[in-house]
Amino acid sequence: MTDPAAFAPIAMDFDGPGDGRERALALLLLSMADDEFVIGFSDSEWTGIGPILEEDVAISSLAQDELGHAQALYRLLVDVVADGRDPDAWAYDRPPEGYLHARLLDHHRGDWATTIARRYLYDTADAVRLEALAASTHAPLAELVAKIRREERYHLMHVQTWIERLADAGGESRERLLAALAAMGPDAGTVLAPLPAEAAIVRHGIMAEPFAALEERWRDGVGATFRRLGLPGLPVTRDPGTARSGHSDAFRALHAELTMVRRSEAGATW
Amino acid sequence: MTAPAAEFSLTAADVRERLAAVVDPEIPTVSIVDLGLVHGIRVSDAGIAVELLPTFVACPALEVIRSAVADALAPLGRPVRVAFTFAVPWTTDRLTADGRAGLRRAGIAPPSGLVDVRCPFCDSASVAMDSAFGPALCRALFYCRGCRQPFEAFKPV
Repeated sequence: MTDPAAFAPIAMDFDGPGDGRERALALLLLSMADDEFVIGFSDSEWTGIGPILEEDVAISSLAQDELGHAQALYRLLVDVVADGRDPDAWAYDRPPEGYLHARLLDHHRGDWATTIARRYLYDTADAVRLEALAASTHAPLAELVAKIRREERYHLMHVQTWIERLADAGGESRERLLAALAAMGPDAGTVLAPLPAEAAIVRHGIMAEPFAALEERWRDGVGATFRRLGLPGLPVTRDPGTARSGHSDAFRALHAELTMVRRSEAGATW
Repeated sequence: MTAPAAEFSLTAADVRERLAAVVDPEIPTVSIVDLGLVHGIRVSDAGIAVELLPTFVACPALEVIRSAVADALAPLGRPVRVAFTFAVPWTTDRLTADGRAGLRRAGIAPPSGLVDVRCPFCDSASVAMDSAFGPALCRALFYCRGCRQPFEAFKPV
């Protein structure tokens, strides 16, 4: 269970009406939006330098999709929190420690194998999370999730193809993939680590099942793929109490980059 | 000032007729009606409300479409509100027959499943997908072995 204090800078000021439903919903939306925002921005760093032209276009499209999903999720958050902040304020006006993305996404974009391994681990976990939200009692979330899942099918096809290609290629490709998985494996489970508000999230039917059940299903699926490809199994999550806090220097550098325009010209649109 | 008589009988069908003249900013041979973007039209004395479905969540053309719709409806003389909704997911099944023909005229194969795509130029079925990701989120890259042309296909979603 993540230490609730870790969420204090941003997430615990959701004092509003209701019995905890709004705050639980806000925490879930913010964690998902931040996940999509950070992986989208990280992957956009490949634009112009992708390994081949088609992949440059593909990873840029994936990044654009994720940033769009983040924007839509921040919009849902704005409707729930209604404290005057717009989606851009949520995306750009927080200090690095105020972001609630999973530690898996704190890793630097790295080489292509690292990017593919991270996308694979994140997209497969996100798919399980989205499935558990398909019948959410928060109708706007269920509607958005229905749309997002149709797009994510292409993401899964893409990353599944790549992880198999890197694993089966042998040589340097496989070595780089193994190194990436060794570095990120202990953080892979952070996407589905329990949120402090988990009990309320499930009690109010916002999500169908607790995160532990999602993580088990995700590990079964990834485990089967990794066994087929002869890849080592994923380790248990390192330090799950800080799954979405205590961000890395790599993220602080990314944050400085992605907030640069906003900081240099407040209210700028581009 | 007296409003013209026609205004009193303004209907959703009148609004839809005007929307049929609003084309996709990137595919000028297809209207937003034939693309299946129009989810709802409500007309009242207070104004006109139009609900549109984004093809892709991150589609960058949404703001352009929003202002084109507002411009197209401005002559009706009532306040216009354009909103995007995910109330139902936009899918490629929403394209009309005219919309599919319009895509072909633009050199884009209409969606028919990624294994059943035909070349928009020579109608050959001997095609290969180069990449599921193309110049826009809604399109994939193909190559036609018949006329040896690369072409784009609308992605089924």
